Amino acid sequence: MKIQILGTGCQKCGKLADAVEKAVEASGTGCEIEKVTDINRIISFGVMMTPALVINGAVQTVGKVPSVEEIKELIKNTNKG
Amino acid sequence: MNWKNEWKKLALIAGVFLACFYLPVGTSRFDNALMEAFHLVKWYAREHVLLCLIPAFFIAGAIAIFINRSSVVKYLGPGANKIIAYSVASISGTILAVCSCTVLPLFAGIYRMGAGLGPATAFLYSGPAINVLAIVLTARILGLELGIARAVGAVIFSIVIGFAMHFIFRRESDNEVETRLDLPASDIVRPLWQNALYFGSMVGILVFANWGKPEETSGIWALIYDLKWPVTAGFSLALGIMLVLWFGVKWWKAAATALPVILLALVFPDQPLVAFSVGVLGISAFTSTDKGEAGKWFASSWGFAKQILPLLLLGVLVAGVLLGRVGQEGLIPSEWVARAVGGNSLSANFFASFAGAFMYFATLTEVPILQGLIGNGMGKGPALALLLSGPALSLPNMLVIRSVLGTRKTVVFVGLAIIMATLSGMFYGTFFG
Repeated sequence: MKIQILGTGCQKCGKLADAVEKAVEASGTGCEIEKVTDINRIISFGVMMTPALVINGAVQTVGKVPSVEEIKELIKNTNKG
Repeated sequence: MNWKNEWKKLALIAGVFLACFYLPVGTSRFDNALMEAFHLVKWYAREHVLLCLIPAFFIAGAIAIFINRSSVVKYLGPGANKIIAYSVASISGTILAVCSCTVLPLFAGIYRMGAGLGPATAFLYSGPAINVLAIVLTARILGLELGIARAVGAVIFSIVIGFAMHFIFRRESDNEVETRLDLPASDIVRPLWQNALYFGSMVGILVFANWGKPEETSGIWALIYDLKWPVTAGFSLALGIMLVLWFGVKWWKAAATALPVILLALVFPDQPLVAFSVGVLGISAFTSTDKGEAGKWFASSWGFAKQILPLLLLGVLVAGVLLGRVGQEGLIPSEWVARAVGGNSLSANFFASFAGAFMYFATLTEVPILQGLIGNGMGKGPALALLLSGPALSLPNMLVIRSVLGTRKTVVFVGLAIIMATLSGMFYGTFFG
């Protein structure tokens, strides 16, 4: 599974990265985490509001920092599907 | 010793040592500048933080949480009506650009996937100047007139710049990337009239708590000034009732805040700050422990406060050391300021606008720095020019803009921004200076 965090490096993007790390650790699945900071790559996901969370290429949340619980749920759903 | 790794530290220590060795303590200009910095910080802490900044943080936090931003971005998307796109782009910074980190992705998004070059550059120019915190602080510290001039100037000239960019590059196709837009779904849906009343009550608190003492002692303005605290209390009461009715705040928590505030207001009628501070503490206490919407509201307001207050404190200290308080001098002699940006000449306006375009201002720090410059003889026109070009552009964000637009368009945009800011300054200085 591949998780990408889209953000140009503002404070909220850092918060999202922390939350994702916690969620991945708790869920115990092996995940590759990548931070995407290049604005043109961010736009190519169709995202205009950062931070955004992308799992396996699909945009999950935009413009907000979801809680660790919500991220765990998103990871679980992707694993099932 | 490994010089390759250590030379930076050595240079740093040597630099600090030399600075200490030649520290100009004891020279009157330097000592005076330090005192000025502390006086200025104290003045900000006394006059602006409690009544002005804290309500503004709560409003900014509420905007970030409760306003459905995707409904605004929709009007900037592909296939949007061009006229609507330009008008929305020029004013939507008020609610979309509460934090500087949101401006550039939105700009890139509008350019690549949305309404195109014109609206994107319009948004980029006006956004940083018209967000809620910037308007409130400008109007409060630099005066209502300059605050309004800044907002109006930013909106009007952003449209001019947007049209100009669109016209100059009309032969090039804009939308290079065709992707589906992912807009955030709003979690919280509230009827428009409830949102309007909720924001209205907060704006009411902000406006009336800061109502300035008018020069005349009778008439409508003086009457409002006499009644400012009862009116503020009325808005606060309305806000409390709304929080209980629509936001799921327990009524006893709101009452536990309201009671001491009312008591303190009755016991210390000459010290309204006491009651106001307790009110702020109370509302912070019951919103921060809330698990629902009110909790999110507080978390987002707190986020802004955490991000902006340290920067602003630093900005005030720097402005104090370099420029001093109004009527005083800091390290920079007043004549230099007056010579470079005094009066309302074309060169003064151009210099202010050009310097502002390349200088980097951390969020809101342009305000104390401008205040220092005006106190040292900067003209009103150049002040507006700097306020317009300063936050919209800086060397670091030009590099990001260049990676989105390419060199040619970026150069034209920066040139247009500097010219428009200069013109706005000239116009404002001539008619209102």
